[in-house]
Amino acid sequence: MIRLPLVLSFSAFLFATGVYGVLARRNAILVLMSIELMLGAVSVNLVAFSQALGQITGQVFALFVIAVAAAEAGIGLAIVILIYRNRETINVDEVNLLKW
Amino acid sequence: MIAAETAGALAAPNWFVQNAWVVVLLPFVSAALTLFLGKRTPGKGSVYGILAVGAGLVMSLGALLQFVQHGGATYERSVDWFRVGDFHLEAGQLVDGLTAVMMVVVTAVSLCVHVYSVGYMHGDRRYTWFYVALSLFTGAMLNVVLANNLFQLLVGWEIMGFCSYVLIGHWWEEHENSSAAIKAFITTRIGDVPFLFGIFALVFATGFASSNILEIGELVAGGGASKALVATAALLTFGGAIGKSAQFPLHVWLPDAMAGPTPVSALIHAATMVAAGVYLVGRMFTVFVHADPFVLQTVSIVAGITAFGAATMALVQDDIKRVLAYSTISQLAYMMAGLSLGPAGVTAGFFHLFTHAFFKALLFLGAGSVIHAVHSNDMSEMGGLRRPMPVTFWTFLIGSLALAGIPPLAGFWSKDELLAGAGDGHPVLFATLVVTAALTAFYMTRAVMLTFFGDYRGHGHPHESPVSMTGPLVALAGASLSVGFLGAPQLGAPFGRWVFFEHPHEAEFVPWVAALSTGLVLLAVLAGVALYRRVREPDPVLRMGAVSTLLVRKYFLDDIYWRGLIRPIRDQLAAAVYWTNQRILDGVVNAAAVVTRAAARAVHVFDQRVVDGAVNGAANTAGFTGGLLRYIQSGNVQRYAAVLFTGVIVLAVIFTRI
Repeated sequence: MIRLPLVLSFSAFLFATGVYGVLARRNAILVLMSIELMLGAVSVNLVAFSQALGQITGQVFALFVIAVAAAEAGIGLAIVILIYRNRETINVDEVNLLKW
Repeated sequence: MIAAETAGALAAPNWFVQNAWVVVLLPFVSAALTLFLGKRTPGKGSVYGILAVGAGLVMSLGALLQFVQHGGATYERSVDWFRVGDFHLEAGQLVDGLTAVMMVVVTAVSLCVHVYSVGYMHGDRRYTWFYVALSLFTGAMLNVVLANNLFQLLVGWEIMGFCSYVLIGHWWEEHENSSAAIKAFITTRIGDVPFLFGIFALVFATGFASSNILEIGELVAGGGASKALVATAALLTFGGAIGKSAQFPLHVWLPDAMAGPTPVSALIHAATMVAAGVYLVGRMFTVFVHADPFVLQTVSIVAGITAFGAATMALVQDDIKRVLAYSTISQLAYMMAGLSLGPAGVTAGFFHLFTHAFFKALLFLGAGSVIHAVHSNDMSEMGGLRRPMPVTFWTFLIGSLALAGIPPLAGFWSKDELLAGAGDGHPVLFATLVVTAALTAFYMTRAVMLTFFGDYRGHGHPHESPVSMTGPLVALAGASLSVGFLGAPQLGAPFGRWVFFEHPHEAEFVPWVAALSTGLVLLAVLAGVALYRRVREPDPVLRMGAVSTLLVRKYFLDDIYWRGLIRPIRDQLAAAVYWTNQRILDGVVNAAAVVTRAAARAVHVFDQRVVDGAVNGAANTAGFTGGLLRYIQSGNVQRYAAVLFTGVIVLAVIFTRI
């Protein structure tokens, strides 16, 4: 039986890594991957609490998160491909039309 | 709808009496139709007026039938026009025997004139407009006749004045004609001002409650108004009658009004409008009778002076229409004299109005026919016309004899009834009227002799007028021959049962009066024939020295008005008023304008600087802050995410209070 605080610490570290990746990376693929890391951290959290509280709900939720994450990754990669086709770059700094 | 319906007798009014107002409406409708559609109608629009007035004549005869069958009663019917406080003004009709007779006179003469004008005005440049004015005038006159209250009457009265002005000045290209129109309008207006104040006085007497003629009559007869007020009101009202009916001293406009087309003279200045003054006095007769006797004496004096003076002036005229104009003034005074006798003479006065309308319209239309043929108004350029113009000659002769009072023509019966009334206790008036009758016979004989006998002295070859002109002449001649018998005492004088004051009038035949007047008239006719059998140069009437000068110069009345009234007013008063207007009134107005402009400029500055400043300031502030906030939205998604996470951390710290 793995102790809960340990698991939560791991999940927090994973989430922080994801946040750093989202904020710091310039490559859109890496940004997407970092988002996947954050989602993974959340799933770990859910499973850990499910285990600790003896309720199955958290695990069910984790499965939903994984499914949604797959869909999100699909859409996100499709967007990245379209951006690349249009602008021949996937540097998020240069994709800044969403203003004014 | 029906506010009041009073029947003075048991007999129910027939349809024509109940709907007499339609007769008033018809000419107004035809005036509007002629105005808007006339020029596009075949015959240039005369057909509307003829049809409307013809229908009016039929309806008027229908209304008269009521009084023929059932005698004189009063039918009133009205709707509320509007109400101001206690004062309520009606629009209504007052039909009694007098009204019905007047309606027949007005529509009959108007129909004759409408038909006659088709020939007389043929080719005139304002032909359609002429018919508009004729129809409008007829409607206004009928409104005066039928009105049941004084304000409604005044409306028709003033429209008549306007139409008279327009029609006298019909050929305004000649300055003389437009001057005559202005003179007629202003002179009658001088009479209208007292009339208006007379109306105010009577309405004041009712306590500002009503202007209804019957109500005022009842009030005055019942002694509900002070003697002084009633006398004042009666005299003021008589002022209006003096102006409209061309009585001394306001008669000066009527001879000049002959500048208008002759059919107009026949309709307006002989048969109808000028009779409106007499009608007004008759309509308000209760007021006159119950006023101080002094009022009727005034009427009597004015009538006597006018009858005699106008008849003498008619002696020396060379213009055939002016002879008839002075004759009209004189005969109107005859009617006034009848009314001035009080209840005894009112029927005689109106009977004379009735017969005079026919034969005077006939004379004017006959004169028009002559003028149409010889293209001149001057009798010195006529003569011998009885051969080329037989119809005109015979009808004109009938009219002249009727006017002169030769039995058994219309004028004899009415004049005789008047003289019989005056002979009963009014010796001075009686003498004046008898002399006037002789003068009338003389000047009409002179006119007939100069126009139709002797040799032709004019230019060209005169020929008889078209049927549209001779037809009305024949119709009116028939009326002049026959209508007199309506008042013949030997035949029961049915006229006295239709038109009377308070109780049916029995006409009486006084043999010595009839013999005296007829004898004098015959003498005058014989004298006229003897004097004018051959043309004499100069005219005998002009060989009487100072008397002739006095008559030719119209008793110097026009000169007195010119020197004593018009010139001082025009040259001095008008100049003073002009100066006051320019310097003082305009000064005030201009000062007001300057002040207003300055105020407007101040308001402009305030608006530009303060109001617009506030509005623009608000807009500028919004724009400036918006420009600042713009920089936050960079479009860089990662920066948004960074802010988002920062916010989450801040919120987490706040809510967990770590």
